[in-house]
Amino acid sequence: MTGAPALTGTHREIQALAREFAEGEIAPHAGDWNRDHHVPVDLVRRMGALGLLGITVPEAYGGAGLDYTALCVVMEEIARADAGVSVAVAVQNGLAQQPILHHGSEAQKAEWLPLLAAGELLGAYALTEPDAGSDAAALRTRAEAEGDGGWRISGAKMWITNGGFADVFVVFARTGAGSRGISAFVTRTGPGLVVGKDIPKLGLHTSSTVELTFDGMRVGPEAMLGAPGEGLRVALATLDGGRITIAAQACGIARAALELAVEYAGQRTAFGGPIARFQGVQFPIADVAARLDAARLLTLHAAALRDAGRPHTVEGAKAKLVASRVAVDAADMCVQVLGGYGYSAEFPAERLYRDAKITEIYEGTSEIQRVVIARGLLGDAARG
Amino acid sequence: MKIAVCVKEVPDTTAEKRIDPSTFRLDRTSGDKMLNEFDKYAIEEAIRLKEAGAADEVVLVSMGPAKAVDSLRTGLAMGADRLVLVSDDALAGSDYAGTARVLAKAAESAGADLVLFGSEATDARGGVMAAAVGEVLGRVWITSANSLAVDGGSITVERQTDDGVDTVQAPLPAVVSVTKAINEPRYPSLKGIMGAKKKPQEVKSAADVGADAAQAGEAGAKTKVVGIETPPARATGTKIKDAGDGAQKILDFLIERKLI
Ligand SMILES: Cc1cc2nc3c(=O)[nH]c(=O)nc-3n(C[C@H](O)[C@H](O)[C@H](O)COP(=O)(O)OP(=O)(O)OC[C@H]3O[C@@H](n4cnc5c(N)ncnc54)[C@H](O)[C@@H]3O)c2cc1C
Repeated sequence: MTGAPALTGTHREIQALAREFAEGEIAPHAGDWNRDHHVPVDLVRRMGALGLLGITVPEAYGGAGLDYTALCVVMEEIARADAGVSVAVAVQNGLAQQPILHHGSEAQKAEWLPLLAAGELLGAYALTEPDAGSDAAALRTRAEAEGDGGWRISGAKMWITNGGFADVFVVFARTGAGSRGISAFVTRTGPGLVVGKDIPKLGLHTSSTVELTFDGMRVGPEAMLGAPGEGLRVALATLDGGRITIAAQACGIARAALELAVEYAGQRTAFGGPIARFQGVQFPIADVAARLDAARLLTLHAAALRDAGRPHTVEGAKAKLVASRVAVDAADMCVQVLGGYGYSAEFPAERLYRDAKITEIYEGTSEIQRVVIARGLLGDAARG
Repeated sequence: MKIAVCVKEVPDTTAEKRIDPSTFRLDRTSGDKMLNEFDKYAIEEAIRLKEAGAADEVVLVSMGPAKAVDSLRTGLAMGADRLVLVSDDALAGSDYAGTARVLAKAAESAGADLVLFGSEATDARGGVMAAAVGEVLGRVWITSANSLAVDGGSITVERQTDDGVDTVQAPLPAVVSVTKAINEPRYPSLKGIMGAKKKPQEVKSAADVGADAAQAGEAGAKTKVVGIETPPARATGTKIKDAGDGAQKILDFLIERKLI
């Protein structure tokens, strides 16, 4: 089922490691952690020692020097055990590291990447604001130039994953007007940054999601990532890759749901035999299985394009659009196959059901993925 | 000091196993393979001894098909230094004694002072290989080690037995099999996985390690499998009804089976 043909020997070995770790260290606790809303920060840090927090970081900067395909393979395995833990992995490897890797100066790479790859520093990515989500260009957080070349950042950020424990923040703030007036910064947490409480959510209870208030936070001139005014481009290029990891996360959630449904259907008896003999149980399982494989192939295809340095904006959007829907449908199918037990908090089905939904929302809603795909096809005509 | 850890590629423990009805051998051609779970404890112990400065090389030694390198590389990813796999068509169908002769030669030619084993392999579950290799080599052999310490030319082992724990001292060279209680094997890191590809992985013939293929393989086997049968379905358990003496009856049952 997981033997995607695109995977090489190395990717399979990494998959085996991630699976062993997820089955041994995450899955046995996922139920309790989610029930208790426990964010397992120590576990996330431990993944640094295994190399799982710097997968695409070059070896010269202390990373594993692997590709996005490897990251996706890891994401699916971790998400299969727990979606909340997996998004911490996605943010660390993706949203926090990629802007530094692709837009940072040599000094910035040398300063941040080794510590992030080792898990000694954990990162977050702060783009969304209370009044600017899909329309990221409408963000209002300001970075005002100080006389010495440094900046003073003021404003509010919303829904920031890893925010409750992150040491490092990639922040997008306005240094001028319009979509070309946004700049990217990377900074340690410090005075002037107020981290809010975890925002209560439908699911993903093992993930920290907070509001941040920048209250005139001082950052030095060396904090700016990329050129002034390039921030939106940095943000969107980062999300192009981030989406692929979320597609992989969705595949992991869908796979967990499928496996649970298959196992249960073989064991549960009704009307004198296992419920697996009913076509009404078989067909939803078959549909999810086929769609999951399709979603995974789209995901690996988008990752392969990124690895080859080719355009992948539209392919990533397609992968996330499809995979997130499969996750939601798979979780729904799983609850249905488990019947009353599916609705019970004693079984993981209801957690998968609540967790799956987020994949259709963050790193671009499914509507936004459709906008991206449509613009790719229709060009200027789509912009009206 | 050099440590050889004898390791084995086994079928994925979660997959169903199939015995070839014509040869009575386990079908090893299909399905996913993996490093025997029990061997990881022996590898971990060897790596720890190396990290503590008590050993300078950890060599994985195995006998099996050449393709087994792929599964056994996990041990290199964990931290072992190199792999010697004896792979020879003439060795197919080896019984325990034949396998022991080959492993003993391979460990000896690797220059091992200490030879470590896991307690058993998940496919055959014989649990005799450490003793057999110890006999072939004419070395002290100690099974079921819960702990292992090396001090100059001797080792101290705590052994799990039915009645308690024995502390055993022996001179090197020696052969030891370890239990799952001895340590918590590490996960290989991504760097370990990448680095393992560059470590020496030699596939050798029986002659290369100085083993006599005629003493092993089907021809050299002193045992012959003449038939296989599915074990009878388990009888239903005994129900104990509590009539005041329920607890005593359960106690007696457990004591009789040496479970407590
Ligand atoms: C758990 C969680 C974690 C998150 N983590 C992070 C993080 O780490 N960093 C970060 O910066 N952000 C993060 N986010 C924010 C997330 O990316 C946004 O919530 C998301 O982009 C949607 O923005 P919004 O919530 O403002 O919704 P809105 O943009 O207000 O959208 C509301 C609705 O309108 C639809 N819509 C909007 N525009 C269009 C359009 N053009 N065409 C059609 N429909 C449209 C949307 O699809 C949606 O259905 C996180 C969110 C959550 C819930």
